[in-house]
Amino acid sequence: MDRFIYMDNAATTKVAPEVLEAMLPFFTEEYGNPSSAYAFSGKIAKKVAEARRTIADALNACEKEIFFTGGGSESDNWAIKGVADALKDKGNHIITTKIEHHAVLHTCEFLEKHGYEVTYLPVDENGLVSLNDVEAAIRPTTILISVMFANNEIGTIEPIKEIGEIAHKHGIYFHTDAVQAFGHVPIDVDELNIDMLSSSAHKINGPKGIGFLYIRKGTKLSNLIHGGGQESGKRAGTTNAAGIIGYAKAVELALKDMEETTKYESELRDRLIKRVLEEIPYTRVNGDLNKRLSNNANFCFRFVEGESLLILLDQKGIMGSSGSARTSGSLDPSHVLLAIGLPHEIAHGSLRLTISKETTQEEIDYVVDSLKQIIDRLRSMSPLYEDFVKKNK
Amino acid sequence: MSQVTEYSEKVMDHFTNPRNMGEIEDASGVGTVGNAKCGDIMRMYLDIDENGIVRDVKFKTFGCGAAVATSSMATELVKGKSVNEALKVTNKAVMEALDGLPPVKIHCSLLAEQAIHAALWDYAEKNGITIEGLKPPVNDIDETEEFYQMQGE
Repeated sequence: MDRFIYMDNAATTKVAPEVLEAMLPFFTEEYGNPSSAYAFSGKIAKKVAEARRTIADALNACEKEIFFTGGGSESDNWAIKGVADALKDKGNHIITTKIEHHAVLHTCEFLEKHGYEVTYLPVDENGLVSLNDVEAAIRPTTILISVMFANNEIGTIEPIKEIGEIAHKHGIYFHTDAVQAFGHVPIDVDELNIDMLSSSAHKINGPKGIGFLYIRKGTKLSNLIHGGGQESGKRAGTTNAAGIIGYAKAVELALKDMEETTKYESELRDRLIKRVLEEIPYTRVNGDLNKRLSNNANFCFRFVEGESLLILLDQKGIMGSSGSARTSGSLDPSHVLLAIGLPHEIAHGSLRLTISKETTQEEIDYVVDSLKQIIDRLRSMSPLYEDFVKKNK
Repeated sequence: MSQVTEYSEKVMDHFTNPRNMGEIEDASGVGTVGNAKCGDIMRMYLDIDENGIVRDVKFKTFGCGAAVATSSMATELVKGKSVNEALKVTNKAVMEALDGLPPVKIHCSLLAEQAIHAALWDYAEKNGITIEGLKPPVNDIDETEEFYQMQGE
């Protein structure tokens, strides 16, 4: 029997049937440009407005604070470059962390080439940012603090509320990349002191190519995409009505079942982690065990390299991902795994499995049983394991 | 980037069914190259008879699909060859025999060539002979043991 076990939901998710159904009319019958004057388009503009309200409500925000974008990366780019430009007379310093998504890290590196200074905060062995470090990094020239809500590789959830509090105490904007968190954990932008929040639909059973940036009213940031007057003149480009409407449906579904999904996924995730740690020796779990996304499990298998592991898992119908350099084409393994203090060799042997509410316990057990065989096999081929066994005889 | 779709059928075959994987006890020569930092380590064992012919060869590899496949193919290419012929097995020959490698994986074939050279060097040293054109291998440092001692394992 050919298995198909998708455990890479942090990479992307399947579009929910309800989402697809909500989107379809806007490709065919209701194809009008929402910006046009006639009633045919007005009807679509109204649907887009409703969708915007659904999403704003999900964050306890105002509709006027939701700006649709092409996805998470664009939202991150906009928040950081937008503030950097708008506040360039106030300062040139940005605080972020070493474990951000590349959409944040590479944007910061870009700004460094243009005269900005960036502090990349370290994290502890579980991937948590220290509040003392945040406060200590603040300078008179600091204009933005950007810390991700939850890490995409190891699932660690950062102390967002407290970081926002520190930012606001010093009159600094706080942006969070919530691409992995929105729709998975409750978010109230007022309670959590968030000024800007990036999100992407395809991580929560919505379509690819649509995301938003939440921008608190009064926040000063320059535009990234110049052109027409869409999104209150702040983000040009013909309104992606189907995407926005699909996104709102995905948010609605995620919110409706959030508590139940979190409970279900957490139980499966914990079973997966427990069985792997108990049944496969020389294995570690990465990320904080409590402050963690319910769908994320991340392991390092000693003496084993990630790409080989992924190919053998694929041959058993299991889809996961690895922080090994060999899976990214670069020379270094995942910057996140290095930031939590893992040596290169250990980081090369990492495996991320991200489940969904469709994952079953039978699948978890099949994955663990397959992993045991595969790790055994790769270790039998590994000169590192051979040395280790000989040394400990 | 999907590894599976970028690899040739031959690479996938040698990765899935590696030839000559294992160890040789009391081998005539053993060579280990690469480093854990970059994610590839290859070890080659040679059993060389009194006439200087590679009677048997085995490998062990920590690394990606291409690293395993190039090691496997390299063992096939040196088996039954004389020491001087084995020395002439280049990374290019390994790559060609595998119907090519994705550009980012070419270093794996270089590592396979170096692993053969390192094993030959060990053989030459053990027997007090000089193999013309053979250079000494480079060793790497391992940071892992230190990490696990720190963690109290």
